[in-house]
Amino acid sequence: MLTIDNLTKTYPLAGGGLFRAAGAFTALKGVNLNIAKGESFGVVGESGSGKTTLTRCILGLERITAGRIVFDGVDLASLTSAQMRDMHSRIQIVFQDPYASLNPRMTVRNIVAEPMQIHRSKLGFDARQQTARVHELLGMVGMGPHYASRYPHEFSGGQRQRIGIARALASNPELLILDEPTSALDVSVQAQVLNLLQTLQDKLNLTYLFISHDLGVIRYVCDRVALIYRGELVEEGDTSQIFDNPQQPYTKMLLSSMPEPDPARSPLRRRGQALTGTETNH
Amino acid sequence: MAFLEISNLHLNMHTFDGSAKVLNGIDLAVEHGEIWGLVGESGCGKSLTGLSISRLIASPPGEYTQGSIRLNGEDVLRVSERRMRELRGRRVGMIFQDPTTNLNPAFTVGEQMVDVALHAGSIDDDILGMPASASFDKRREAARKLAVKMLDMVGIADAAKRVDHYPHQFSGGMRQRVLIAMALICQPELLIADEPTTALDVSVQAQILRLIYDLVEEYNLAVLFITHNLGVVAQLCSHIAVMYAGNIVESGTAEAVFAQPAHPYTQALLQAIPMSHMRRGELRALPGAVPDLLAPPPGCRLAPRCPHVLPRCSARFPDSIAVSPVHRVTCVLADPGER
Repeated sequence: MLTIDNLTKTYPLAGGGLFRAAGAFTALKGVNLNIAKGESFGVVGESGSGKTTLTRCILGLERITAGRIVFDGVDLASLTSAQMRDMHSRIQIVFQDPYASLNPRMTVRNIVAEPMQIHRSKLGFDARQQTARVHELLGMVGMGPHYASRYPHEFSGGQRQRIGIARALASNPELLILDEPTSALDVSVQAQVLNLLQTLQDKLNLTYLFISHDLGVIRYVCDRVALIYRGELVEEGDTSQIFDNPQQPYTKMLLSSMPEPDPARSPLRRRGQALTGTETNH
Repeated sequence: MAFLEISNLHLNMHTFDGSAKVLNGIDLAVEHGEIWGLVGESGCGKSLTGLSISRLIASPPGEYTQGSIRLNGEDVLRVSERRMRELRGRRVGMIFQDPTTNLNPAFTVGEQMVDVALHAGSIDDDILGMPASASFDKRREAARKLAVKMLDMVGIADAAKRVDHYPHQFSGGMRQRVLIAMALICQPELLIADEPTTALDVSVQAQILRLIYDLVEEYNLAVLFITHNLGVVAQLCSHIAVMYAGNIVESGTAEAVFAQPAHPYTQALLQAIPMSHMRRGELRALPGAVPDLLAPPPGCRLAPRCPHVLPRCSARFPDSIAVSPVHRVTCVLADPGER
């Protein structure tokens, strides 16, 4: 469904002069990915690894330096900006920070209906149909229709992320990019949102590109995983294969750093005996 | 008496909408050599508990209505501000979540550490190895030597050169090391670490956890490690206290609590973490949301969300019950007499 072929993205560095460039920073270097319809594909990387640059390239927010991004047989670089905007009805994104990604001056109804406005020619909803669809979408994410007239500040982080998901689903997308959708949330709320995403995927046959630095979340949600490090693809494969039998040293290092909620598996404790409180008088 | 002993601490926050009971009877005892993980979700009061120990809650809006916080027997809520300044830094060091905003970008890390060391040295002659009456140049030289030594101790390579670098020349993990060095410069006995690894990548987080663990082994520090990440607690901490809506609902040794979580909230938190053995759809989310602390539910504050709720849960606040010598829980289900 989505094929990324030898994708390279460089940014010019500051400095240099009128006739001499200062060189370039390579954010992504020859990345190849294949995402099949209906699967959850995870991209894991630490800060600065190029995860966000990758999503920006897929969304057409960055001009790619080399390589191709092909969505459903269409090379995204070949599209005019109007065609790219139409394409955005099929590729949508849920952002990391539910506090920053919702316009505080718009009601929930208008936030969720905005993609329907933008893609009106394709979806063909009039205002009343849009409101009905907003109520349907809010229902899908587990929120009642009475929330539609409220503003973002009235909601908790988890509820805001549900609103962000409802907005992303408004234009009937096929591919949903989830850019760290739960990293700003508490664990119990994270569990609610992850369960919701899985229910929606089953119901709507969505394809997920799940970006995260949380290996536990990726392992739970994704069918296949790719690890990127400093803009390069380090390892890619089925989730179980990567987690049970990592091949690359970077993957092994990252997995061993993953804090599992089990004291018996702590590398700190394993090294010496467990800490026991010793009373001393100071 | 334990080195740090918090007993029955009640904190109200006065807001425009009324008075919120943000800490509702906290009991906690921390000894030297123990690393206590204080866990809970946003707004449960874990950071307020940490800040209270250094008396950093402004009053108003904060008001301690009951209880005490004793450091070596001395109630920090009742000492003078002058004495409190001596305790902060000297007995209690603190590190916070965001290593970027906690360093001044306009000064080198050395200058910032020297300031701290000079202040500590004016309280305790041992820190700089000379009396406060010694010449300023001598004291500053000693402070600078100490800064280099501390940077070296927290694993910053080439510390003698790095001490003259500015914060922006350090990575996130290195900045957190600088802050740990700064917190430890006055040889505190208690280190309060408030989400020190939340802003860091997992590989860097693992290094910082190791550093804290090693420092405890070497200097017999007491540590209160505040986090929302149960995985980090399981890795690092000897003890755990789980907070919900202003109460410690379960506490004990990490082994005991992780092996047999007795409080429904602890159980729910553990079931909400994606684990390797879980299949699609097996993640269990606790329904509902945290209560409004302006009007908390009567009795147990978890009752409206609790999967095992009984009618008497809303009648009165449950007692703290010892399920074993190293494990306490605040829930009627744990009380054989109540069942």
